Amino acid sequence: MAMDEIVDGLSEVSCDVLVIGGGTAGPMAALKAKLKNPKANVVLLEKANVKRSGAISMGMDGLNNAVIPGYATPEQYTKEITIANDGIVDQKAVYKYAERCYGIIEELDSFGIRFLKNENGDYAVKKVHHIGTYVLPMPNGETVKKAIYRQLRRARILISNRYMATRLLTGSDGRIAGAISVNTRTAEILVIKAKAVILCMGAAGRLGLPTSGYMFGTYENAANSGDGYAMAYHAGAALANLECFQINPLIKDYNGPACAYVAGPFGAFTANNEGARFIECDYWSGQMMLEFYNELQSGKGPVFLKLDHLHEDTISEIETTLHKVERPTRGLFHEGRNTDYRQEPIEMHISEIGFCSGHSASGVFVDDFARTTVPGLYAAGDMASVPHNYMLGAFTNGSVAGEDAMEYADNTDFAKFDAADIEKERERVLAPTRREDGIPPNQIEYKARRLVNDYLQPPKVTRKFELGQRRLGEVREDMETRMIARNAHELLRALETQSIVDCADMAAHASLYRTESRWGLYHLRTDYPEKDNENWFCHSLLSKKDGRMTSEKRAVEPYIVPIGEDEKDLYDKQRVRASA
Amino acid sequence: MPLASYQTSVPVVVDDAKCIADKGCTVCVDVCPLDVLRISDMTGKAFMAYDECWYCMPCEADCPTGAVTVNIPYLLR
Repeated sequence: MAMDEIVDGLSEVSCDVLVIGGGTAGPMAALKAKLKNPKANVVLLEKANVKRSGAISMGMDGLNNAVIPGYATPEQYTKEITIANDGIVDQKAVYKYAERCYGIIEELDSFGIRFLKNENGDYAVKKVHHIGTYVLPMPNGETVKKAIYRQLRRARILISNRYMATRLLTGSDGRIAGAISVNTRTAEILVIKAKAVILCMGAAGRLGLPTSGYMFGTYENAANSGDGYAMAYHAGAALANLECFQINPLIKDYNGPACAYVAGPFGAFTANNEGARFIECDYWSGQMMLEFYNELQSGKGPVFLKLDHLHEDTISEIETTLHKVERPTRGLFHEGRNTDYRQEPIEMHISEIGFCSGHSASGVFVDDFARTTVPGLYAAGDMASVPHNYMLGAFTNGSVAGEDAMEYADNTDFAKFDAADIEKERERVLAPTRREDGIPPNQIEYKARRLVNDYLQPPKVTRKFELGQRRLGEVREDMETRMIARNAHELLRALETQSIVDCADMAAHASLYRTESRWGLYHLRTDYPEKDNENWFCHSLLSKKDGRMTSEKRAVEPYIVPIGEDEKDLYDKQRVRASA
Repeated sequence: MPLASYQTSVPVVVDDAKCIADKGCTVCVDVCPLDVLRISDMTGKAFMAYDECWYCMPCEADCPTGAVTVNIPYLLR
């Protein structure tokens, strides 16, 4: 058989809870659902392989947001994230995370994942954020995926690797009914009926094009092409604050993060070309990114990661962490460039844009039970709207989603859906394979992402966005009528391209809707340069209504942790002030 | 429109002498998040079939015989 040859086939299975995405939130969601009701069927569907999929494929060097008794309180953390996210936060979900994450740390510890402890045996938490202390290194962080995988096997979770979900099924009553997926190596269709579905499909990380021009050199795992955002949208779920883009400070041309969490606590900092510190706090926020961007654009760029003032032992320790875990080709990159942290500051740059609530706030709207606006549909991790929630947030909110979804499934029956929906989706999915002639997915993807860079990257200009929408419309037309996939692997890329174009459209639509500037660089609109709390202190919710993309406002839930007048602008004061 | 193939030097290199894919091993192919490795029909060894690499390393780290090397893609080097 030829490589990745397309096979005609369709099968159907059913389960109580279907979890889509086996990266970080997904395995935890599946595990907690199964533990809640061991008799129930839980299926974990994954586009790649659960053993090595997702953002933490190779591990993670630490927890960025650990709320550990004695170091931080849930009140303090909730306050910090509310301020860092410019006030647009439903605090209940953040507070719930903050209360529960310590239990999850202890659970991960029991799975064999170690966290840094001091000589007294207490967790050695480090300060990175503006106000509180939440960063906890993980000395054997490269074992995270393996440790979780062992738990999945033990709990007998049914794992289906190499199936890409393409659309959700919804019942006539609006409830979730399951999902349709396609095998990434044979193009066979698998329909999974489910009482509850949890989306844990990661960030939309393949939206902008990295400056290197290499399409897969993205900050996020390049498999995270925004499929979850697209699926939630087409199922009618609301998506929150998509205009709050993710943009990160990275090593120039290399997709590794730099300063805040690993090197920062040891005394490294972000410097301009004069070797001077220009931001107060390296914690990733839109306000910090705006100062980073301003410095890059000013005569004081480029911007550097400065470590060469540190002691050799300190540099070695940082290097070991940076080169061993999360992005272990980093040492190889520096070797090839002949750059050494000891000799000179390392050039940095800003990443391509994406959606990701893990670092910003753009995600499928969820409440404090990880419920979306579609009954029976849940979301957790980088693609759900709980802001700044990182890896520990994915584990914790995945756990919340798994438990609540199983409770929902236990008290409901399968929703009835129209069987014609399956045939319709099958034809839509396989359309690129039916064409004899056309444009390959890599060209359509490249063009869409190049347009994202040209027109949608902040600073956001209304006229540019309108042009971008027009050009992206032309790409969509090509994608829907001329895209060709000659084997199952190309079909995988073709389907990912569809997610990418959907996300680009959503990014443009959401950005034009919010006529103010907020979240620093993430939503800097030159035509509306000021923050407008009178009209825009609210969420924006994007959804599909009668087949059309629409946006509406949704009030921020009343705070449960009050923010003082003198506190709410703390993250706005990021620039180092010249002292008199 | 006719299609042309596009030359690219791939980042993942497999040492055929060490690779045991011909004895049934599929570890690197199994773990790749981007699903870009395959076993060659001709040689029975693993190779990078698609230049769509996140240079993330599971293929190299999990290979039981140390046959796989991940390089930084040329455009980033």
